[in-house]
Amino acid sequence: MQIDLRTVSITPLRQTYDHIAARLGGDKAASRYIEATMDVQASANFHYRPTWDPEHEIFDPSRTKITMKDWYAFKDPRQLYYGTYTQARARMQETAEADFDFVETRGLAEGFDDAARRTALDFYVPLRHVAWGANMNGASMCAYGYGTAITQPCLYAGMDQLGIAQYLTRLGLLMGQSGDLEAGKQAWLEAPAWQGLRRYVEDTFVLKDWFELYVAQNVVLDGLLFALAYGEVDRALNAKAGPTVSMLTRFQAEWFQDHCKWVDAVLKTAAAENPENKALLQQWIAAWRAPADEALAPLASLALGDGAAAAMERVNALLNARLAKAGLAAA
Amino acid sequence: MSNVFIAFQKNEESRCIVEAILADNPDAVINEQPAMVKVDVPGRLVIRRETVEEQMGRDFDLQELHVNLITMSGHVDETDDEFALSWKN
Repeated sequence: MQIDLRTVSITPLRQTYDHIAARLGGDKAASRYIEATMDVQASANFHYRPTWDPEHEIFDPSRTKITMKDWYAFKDPRQLYYGTYTQARARMQETAEADFDFVETRGLAEGFDDAARRTALDFYVPLRHVAWGANMNGASMCAYGYGTAITQPCLYAGMDQLGIAQYLTRLGLLMGQSGDLEAGKQAWLEAPAWQGLRRYVEDTFVLKDWFELYVAQNVVLDGLLFALAYGEVDRALNAKAGPTVSMLTRFQAEWFQDHCKWVDAVLKTAAAENPENKALLQQWIAAWRAPADEALAPLASLALGDGAAAAMERVNALLNARLAKAGLAAA
Repeated sequence: MSNVFIAFQKNEESRCIVEAILADNPDAVINEQPAMVKVDVPGRLVIRRETVEEQMGRDFDLQELHVNLITMSGHVDETDDEFALSWKN
């Protein structure tokens, strides 16, 4: 008996799903991100309207005044879906854990300059309440938003903010004592310097339009606050007392770079869609920018003293440049 | 003009690299095989870091492409931003 060996090349019948192929304009291999994101949210055959909001369907694009022909145009340039998101954050966390470990084992917190320690505790610890607020807002945008392309990264941003709140708590415990967390909460609730920011955060809690919330939280507040806290204040503390606190806030600084990529892309897409969107965005940015700026000014003085005004100017210039790239005016 | 080529193991990462090659080299011919993908280009093939990063949505070090590399032909000219194959010396 004779056996002939031959190679058989098996070509797959299709490269991707039909609904993905329709979006790509042909049957070709698509990224996991695209396959795990496009048209994932249900868009038809809803049963009852929610009892808590009978004006809308459970997923309803009219919960914001922003209009889109295709809500899946809001692609995330970071291409995060659950798998890549958890991997990316696990990497960042590993680095952050190593930094905390380093500061602890070398006793860098004990040797830290006491005046700078006071500034760091007074400035960073109450920010954990702001981060918690941002967590709530991220979840809210995800709940009321439309289309997986935008709701997915909104929830990721919310979860990241919860992580940031935890890192700030650990910074407080490492640089100070447990009483410092309580003092931070008292400052958040009582100290005049913090009331502007507290008001801003609480005002965002009651926003009905989720895209306006997106602008108030992700664009304006994060844009100004993170540039101030992890740019300006970080540099000032570095110059005074060395990089210990920078190591403990590294996650936030790196996360902000990552966050901006997505926020800017979403703004650009929404503004380019139609002139009404652009006008709305412009109006929301104008409405939230002045209160954010006013809320942050006393905190900049608390951390930076005389340098506060110049620092706020640089922080604002940074946001202006980002807005200009997205095709929006500074307002 | 003779071809240069490069071949990768087929996976999610190399898919992005190949997309980037196709975007930057209009004359590229793609040859998809089970578990392998080969790209032929007449004359010169270039892989640009920036294009790969756009495709991947993250920072990319051109050295990372060696993880999935099977084989290639041509003289290599490598910088931080570009990896090029050609027969020019």
